Amino acid sequence: METLAAGHLFALTGAATVGLGLYGFIVLRHPLRQLLAVNVAGAGVFLMFGGLGRGAGSTDPVPQALVVTGIVITVALTAFGAAMILRLAEQRRAGGGEKDRVS
Amino acid sequence: MSLAFELLLCLMILGTAAAALLMRDALGAIVFFIVFGNLLGLAWLAIGAANVALAEIALGAGVTGILLILARARLKVLQDDLDAPATATWLRLIAAAICAGLAGLLAAATLSIEPADKLGDRVATRLPDLGIENPITGVLLALRAYDTLLETFVLLGALVAVWSLAPGGTRSQAPAALAIRDTAARTVAGVFGRLLLPLALVMAAYLVWAGSDLPGGAFQGGTVFAGGLLLAALGGAVAPPRIDDARMRTAIVAGPAVFLAVGFGGIALGRFLAYPDGFEKALIVAIEYFMALSIGVTLALLVAGRPVTPALPDRED
Repeated sequence: METLAAGHLFALTGAATVGLGLYGFIVLRHPLRQLLAVNVAGAGVFLMFGGLGRGAGSTDPVPQALVVTGIVITVALTAFGAAMILRLAEQRRAGGGEKDRVS
Repeated sequence: MSLAFELLLCLMILGTAAAALLMRDALGAIVFFIVFGNLLGLAWLAIGAANVALAEIALGAGVTGILLILARARLKVLQDDLDAPATATWLRLIAAAICAGLAGLLAAATLSIEPADKLGDRVATRLPDLGIENPITGVLLALRAYDTLLETFVLLGALVAVWSLAPGGTRSQAPAALAIRDTAARTVAGVFGRLLLPLALVMAAYLVWAGSDLPGGAFQGGTVFAGGLLLAALGGAVAPPRIDDARMRTAIVAGPAVFLAVGFGGIALGRFLAYPDGFEKALIVAIEYFMALSIGVTLALLVAGRPVTPALPDRED
């Protein structure tokens, strides 16, 4: 059991990180903070995925490659999210928040 | 690495994640997120995934960190100070219970899977045919090349999507300059950026080249290039081009285009993305260099953001 838990250590940390990120996403109110929370949860998913590929002497290259891909996609979507949040703030300021209110 | 170190590392990862989420001050939260990303990089090293560690630290911590800090600064100019009313206590309690439950389920699912290197041997048997030794590069550029090809298009698509959010009338303008407004600080950053940009180029070229056999590759190299561009932009040494600049557009399309061309060339051999015998490594490295160029420029432009009307201040320093 001891060795089993040690092998699972990073994957379990990933599971806990997903929980934390989701909690932040629900509780935080500002969209930029929510975007950060999504990034935390995503990092947790990667850690679960990659951590489970950790063998005795080597680590599975396929999850590693997919995680590298995933990290790049996350950055692209974060940039898009940040651009949308900025546009939203601009419109709120210009339109007095009448028709653009999103809550 | 010893179990004690790994345990401590995991606790620090969870601690910094909690700080990044729960801290009231938004800038403090972003800084904790950057620390979180760097610690995750260490975790990937401990797992034995140096390729992922490079990507996580450069992209997850570095590029995402700059992106969030810049978005915060731009929001402040729009009088959005990132303060929002606190969530009601009952909602927090329910959310905590649900998320704890989910984390518990995920942990149980994790424990039901034995961690193992299941595909490493099968990948290793294919690598000698490709002439490369880094299994991650082998998976990315040969065994699962489809994923990587589509990914380069996702990056390109994200950039187009960011540009499409530009206010009307600015569609062919440049993104706001990233240069620091304070003269003394800009001079320092400018000198540093001019020194660093050529070094970043060399480093990026090396990472792509070494990526065939050692940890590294197109994504890591491209990110280092993007980092050099961004630092030089902060110092005012380079400025984001107008988004209809032909050279810039060539640079961001080169990677996906070359990858796609090689893929279609493979059809002549019977299968999309098949590499001809004896030319595997040459083609893989060629694709990777074009991809690194495109990834670097695309990432830097993603951070720079939407084109804006010139001469409008867009952030405070």
